[in-house]
Amino acid sequence: MTDVKIDKTVDARGAACPGPLMELIKAVKSEDVGTVIEILSSEKGTSVDAPAWLKKVGQELIRVEERGDHWSIVAKKIK
Amino acid sequence: MPKRIVIIGGGSGGTITANLLARNLLRQLISGEVLITMLTNTPNHTYQPGFLYVVFDKMRPEEIVRKQQDLLDPRVSLFVDAAVKIDRERNVVFTESGRDFPYDYLVVATGSRIVPELIPGLKEGGHWFYDLEGAIKLRDSLNSFDGGRVVITTGVPHKCPVASLELTFMLHAYFKQRDMLNKVEIFFTYPINRLTSLEAVSQWAVPEFEKRGIKSEVFFNMEEVDPDKKILKSMEGSEANYDLLIAIPPHKGAQVIAESGMGRDGWIATNKKTLNNEGYNNVYVVGDTNDLPISKAGSAAHFQSDVVAERITSQIQEGSGSTTYDGKVICFVETGFEEAMYIWFNYSVPPKPSPPTKMLHWIKLGYNRLYWLTTRGIM
Repeated sequence: MTDVKIDKTVDARGAACPGPLMELIKAVKSEDVGTVIEILSSEKGTSVDAPAWLKKVGQELIRVEERGDHWSIVAKKIK
Repeated sequence: MPKRIVIIGGGSGGTITANLLARNLLRQLISGEVLITMLTNTPNHTYQPGFLYVVFDKMRPEEIVRKQQDLLDPRVSLFVDAAVKIDRERNVVFTESGRDFPYDYLVVATGSRIVPELIPGLKEGGHWFYDLEGAIKLRDSLNSFDGGRVVITTGVPHKCPVASLELTFMLHAYFKQRDMLNKVEIFFTYPINRLTSLEAVSQWAVPEFEKRGIKSEVFFNMEEVDPDKKILKSMEGSEANYDLLIAIPPHKGAQVIAESGMGRDGWIATNKKTLNNEGYNNVYVVGDTNDLPISKAGSAAHFQSDVVAERITSQIQEGSGSTTYDGKVICFVETGFEEAMYIWFNYSVPPKPSPPTKMLHWIKLGYNRLYWLTTRGIM
């Protein structure tokens, strides 16, 4: 799954406020259906919270990847 | 040929930047080597944090509005003429009246605006306090409210993330003052899985909510309001009944940004440190309209203005500038009618909330009056 084409990356590393999860929600709300969105977060919590929210609203989680000092969460807007 | 600096937007960011530049470049302004022009869409300047106090009759509407011209250094040329198109390839801004303003340096400080229309039924069924008209309407509805369920909900994206918490604590204090706590239920919702964006503040708020009997639901992103049945529905599939709905509607940037192809929904790609619009060394972005992953707040706009004014001054005087933005934001957070807390943070240092005190509340009330000095670049 590492070769998935990412349409939009939001670098939310070091973002205490509004925070990576809020950035993901903002992107899911504003992008078109079919867009693959990547959020970069330095908060470990995002690697758990973002998949939980995506599941709750029925959007697709493509992957969660740990990259040393940060996490990459990739999701697709499917509806 | 003079260097032309054009600033679009007369809010906190645009006004502070203009006044700092006028001070830094006084000699060049007098000699005609530099021209500073501001374009705004309103002759008035509004202190937006004052809306919260208007809701509870703690400030009068006229106390939070001043004439923009009175706040600006007289050497800055002010045009109340909204920008309708920015052409970054030709370095020119076009305005509503049909004029064009060529620039050598451009500062975009067009802010953000609430868009309640994005949530079906919200305009008909809800209140908000993020503009003066909404704050007055909410104040009047609260005055005639005789009890029931008050629901507070927040859209994404939004500015000043702690304002919904402040409103909630102040609502509790307000109902307590009116001896109505036994007739009111306060229900708070938030888009992510905590009570506010800042984790440390959220952890502090949980027992404070319990102490006051305030109920909450997180992972709640408002999707639709049914004003007849008085029901708020979320993207996550839950529903909340209300008697009084108070929303922070979702925000967008200015229309001119989208019209100029500078950013979908009005958010401009901005370098985190230099505050340049990515790819344009002579275009700077200050305040809410940038896409930085930090709070959209007056203090952020203020600190960004300091950086941009320094960078443009250095570029004009020395040919280059090295001042950068570290992501600094500060907030005073009201925790009722008598106490407030204080937080600051930047890109690398997370916030550590101070315990609420009366002194911090008084400082916040004092700053509400001193803000006009900030706009002039004095504090």
